[in-house]
Amino acid sequence: MSLGTSSTLVYLIAIPLFSSAFLLLAGRALDRIGHLIGTAASASSFIVALFELNKMLGRDGESRGVTQHLFTWINVGSFQVDATLLLDQLSICFVLLITGVGTLIHIYSISYMSHDIDRRRFFAFLNLFIAAMLLLVLGNSYLNLYVGWEGVGLASYLLIGFWNQKPTYATAAKKAFVANRVGDVGLSLAVMIAFVQFGSVTFEGVAKGIEAGSASSTALNAMGAAILLAAVGKSAQFPLQAWLGDAMAGPTPVSALIHAATMVTAGVYLISRSHFVFDNAPTAQLLVVIVGAITLLFGAVIGMAKDDIKKALAASTMSQIGYMILATGLGPAGYAFAMMHLLTHGFFKAGMFLGAGSVMHGMNDEVDMRKYGALRKVMPITFATFGLGYLAIIGVPPFAGFYSKDKIIETAFNAGGSKGIILGCITLLGAVITAFYMTRVMLMTFFGTKRWDSAAHPHESPWLMTIPMILLSIGSITTGFIFSNGDRLKNFLAPVVDQHHHEHEAELLAPMVVSGLALLAVAIGISIAIAKYGRKTIPASAPTDVTIWTKIARRDLLQDDFNENVFMRPGQSITRVLAYLDKRVVDGAVSGVGAMTLRLAGDLRKTQTGYVRSYALLILLGTVAVLTAILVVTL
Amino acid sequence: MNAPNIEYGMLGPILIILGAALIGVLIEAFVSRKYRYVLQVGTSFAAVALAFLQLFLIRHTSSKAAVGSMSIDGAAIVLQGSVLIFGFLGLLLIAERGFQSFTAQAAAIPGSNEEQKALVSGLQQTEVFPLTLFAISGAMLFPAANDLLTLFVSLEVLSLPLYLMAGLSQRRRLLSQEAALKYFLLGAFASAFFLFGSAFIYGQAGSTTFDGIRKSIVESGGSDQFLLVGLALLTVGLLFKVSAAPFHAWTPDVYQGSPTPITAFMAAVTKVAAFGAAIRIYYFAVGGLVWSWRPILIAISIATMAIGTVIAIAQKDVKRVLAYSAIAHSGFLLTGIIALSKDGLNATLIYLFTYGFTTIGTFAILTLVRDSGGEVSDLNRWVGLGKRSPLVAATFTLFLLGLAGIPLTSGFVGKFAIFSAAYKSGNISVVVAGVLASAIAAFFYIRIIVMMYFSDPVEDGTSVVIPSKVTVAAIAICAVATLVMGIYPQPVISAINSLAFFAG
Repeated sequence: MSLGTSSTLVYLIAIPLFSSAFLLLAGRALDRIGHLIGTAASASSFIVALFELNKMLGRDGESRGVTQHLFTWINVGSFQVDATLLLDQLSICFVLLITGVGTLIHIYSISYMSHDIDRRRFFAFLNLFIAAMLLLVLGNSYLNLYVGWEGVGLASYLLIGFWNQKPTYATAAKKAFVANRVGDVGLSLAVMIAFVQFGSVTFEGVAKGIEAGSASSTALNAMGAAILLAAVGKSAQFPLQAWLGDAMAGPTPVSALIHAATMVTAGVYLISRSHFVFDNAPTAQLLVVIVGAITLLFGAVIGMAKDDIKKALAASTMSQIGYMILATGLGPAGYAFAMMHLLTHGFFKAGMFLGAGSVMHGMNDEVDMRKYGALRKVMPITFATFGLGYLAIIGVPPFAGFYSKDKIIETAFNAGGSKGIILGCITLLGAVITAFYMTRVMLMTFFGTKRWDSAAHPHESPWLMTIPMILLSIGSITTGFIFSNGDRLKNFLAPVVDQHHHEHEAELLAPMVVSGLALLAVAIGISIAIAKYGRKTIPASAPTDVTIWTKIARRDLLQDDFNENVFMRPGQSITRVLAYLDKRVVDGAVSGVGAMTLRLAGDLRKTQTGYVRSYALLILLGTVAVLTAILVVTL
Repeated sequence: MNAPNIEYGMLGPILIILGAALIGVLIEAFVSRKYRYVLQVGTSFAAVALAFLQLFLIRHTSSKAAVGSMSIDGAAIVLQGSVLIFGFLGLLLIAERGFQSFTAQAAAIPGSNEEQKALVSGLQQTEVFPLTLFAISGAMLFPAANDLLTLFVSLEVLSLPLYLMAGLSQRRRLLSQEAALKYFLLGAFASAFFLFGSAFIYGQAGSTTFDGIRKSIVESGGSDQFLLVGLALLTVGLLFKVSAAPFHAWTPDVYQGSPTPITAFMAAVTKVAAFGAAIRIYYFAVGGLVWSWRPILIAISIATMAIGTVIAIAQKDVKRVLAYSAIAHSGFLLTGIIALSKDGLNATLIYLFTYGFTTIGTFAILTLVRDSGGEVSDLNRWVGLGKRSPLVAATFTLFLLGLAGIPLTSGFVGKFAIFSAAYKSGNISVVVAGVLASAIAAFFYIRIIVMMYFSDPVEDGTSVVIPSKVTVAAIAICAVATLVMGIYPQPVISAINSLAFFAG
């Protein structure tokens, strides 16, 4: 594959970035038009992306990628990093999704955030997010990607915590941050391994290095595992999934943009982008599959137990990304289908989140589905668009999700041997549960009897909110067919992710059979949900006489308890013990407890408990240790 | 006997600062009180500017000076330049008169009538300026010293003024004086080890110059006990100065007790000087003993990172958090010495240069958040600062992100350079520890950011004072440097790479 050059890529990022800086620096003066500037910036970026797509389609398949060198960023000794952008078939998919869906969400937010006095700041953060996310997918090296990776982290952090009046919101922001830091460690390790093994951190350099065989399989597996850790943190996969549900505390457009359509799928992008690593690192690839399979069930099970509409959707996002991660772990056959599911999911899940936001907008920000019911009559447009998204996500033909999910299930079955059968069955089981919990959401929200609070007067949202929902629902109807017809997306992406033109493996099951099984799974899921929720009245508060399994599922499969007891508590204890040791024990060892009473200097003294003599003793002990060590090491 | 030849041009920058310091002493003694402040400030800044100019003129020098006891080479010039820049920024903070950081009369007993009288009459001594200049001259000598005795003398020239300056705080006099005394006692203790180590090394090598020690190691094969004992004791003295574990205990107390402008000055300048001297010793003088000192430095580096980052989490005082952060940064910087390569030298100098700006900026912001009793360093009272003073909070956030090493700040460039140098030299364990420690460290930097932005301000009298132009200038320079060296670091990196060599 040969890469041309371009001089226009930088505008994709520069427009929203400058707009963001402008909105933040201009201050209150721009409060009245800030949202329009932000929206215009995002839309302009989308238009540039369309031009780039047009130019790209004008070139033939093998030479569609273009790069733009901006400047040499770091050059230390033998090691150089350039700030270079790379737009190829893989990144253009993301660029269009980010700017396209991003613009719709900007439009939606104009109305959704109209009562917020800080709307201008909100749009500045949204623009910042768009710029950072574009940098993430346009960087030509792991290091440039890392900058965008941190940038989206920062922006999402700012946006989740945007409504920081409530302490839980700030806690949620912090939790997201911590999980992401764990992931970031993975990414920085991957960058380090790439640099040491290949002397380069560009995707091209690493791919060439692997082809030349300059890395051991251990190194590649380690790099793959590090990349997977990064993806797991960012994409809320098992075992770092806990933050996503809490992140729903942020404003709903943020959930739609960041936690459904774009940022959380960055892990899928990272793995697809690193296909050259995983194709040569079978152990890491197997890990990817396992993580994907666990998460897709994990998220789905949590989704069954949630009464909070946004948390149910968040669990569903987790599960759907599990599908994508699983697909990327299936090798060259899977990348294109992972991307396809990512794109269709971007449409229908963003649409559903906006729908959820619209419902909340009409219901005084109520998120408990037990307080909804029978909303289809009062909110017909929201009902219709949400309903189309629903049909898409559970995989009813001819809606988008059917095509993309069906392909993943098919690829899973064809993975070969018992692995294929197990993965195929997991993906089918996931489809059953997805159909169940999504039907449950539909029934509890839009059907049944009114269970509204007395203060609630649900009404349809204004057109600025409904139009983006309608456009996204059109996407949920059509994109699946468009992408899969004649394997369009697969062929489009092939030069990037499948350069060796892998032949089709032997098929375990014919595509028709898989489709049939998938539809059967959907039918089973829907029927159970209708039997359980459609016929009976739904209690306005969650029943408490439930089985232990339901309780566990309601507690997010104990993910918080697990984190708290396994990571947080011991971490805190270690910190406390170390601080204690640092302050007192050394002292106590010298002077005994009695000396502690010899405090002379009054209250101020309390802030500094360390005595000089104990510090001196520490120095002496350290000296003895250094002396002993140096003699032992050398002699 | 011929008089030794002294290269006045090469030593010019140091001599200018020393001369100005002496003039400062005379000003303090003889000039009437009305003009002292202006004259002191004028002399100090003029001296720093002149010294920097002279340093710039001799920047391509690479030779021994003062009969082999100094080495004025690229590495020394980069380090001296850094010291001068950070000294200048420190002086800007010290020159602030919009609010008072320094006691009117250092000799007065805390709480005494004398002190009260000095305060009320507005009498303000300005001996802090010559003291700062003395410290700067010591810090410039330190990384250029090419002889253990010169090194020891410059260590003391750097340290003695700092001991005094630590005790000058206007508020919380007792805490400040306690810090000064502690710093002095422990510093003297560490100096003794340093001197003892020098004696051992002299006993084996028969020379105190670095060239002589280097030669002796080559000849003896480097397995002599005297040499190793000497090296170990020398290491203790140096590691005390850079606050590496387990010689770090003084750091939080001294950082907290000192007047904040002095903390800023000390944090940046001492670190540059001490690491500058350390890297010359480990790379040049005892490079031949790498297999002896490397494992120890690796262990100390990892321990320093761990202690610095983990204990910082438990701190409730901003100054103590930053002190532990400074300890952690010493751990990161040690990886550059461990690398023992040209890349490692470059990276260490780059790291020091970027770190100085960020750390001075951080402490400078600290001087602005005050209540009626002086600075407010209790973390809990910083909540909601983002709402009260968005600009100050945003700048502070930038510095914290820089310290955390988030991309697009200078901290990331420094960290990346130093970790890749260590990785290339094959010392993977410190790099893994460093990456993990950075991740943990980010947590407590971010915690401060969270407190500033994600909570509502509490009305408790805490406010942000409007500083005069000098402090604003210092903060602005630090902020711009942190950002620019994060986004476009190449000119600085290239300049340092091309200069950073030791004269053989």
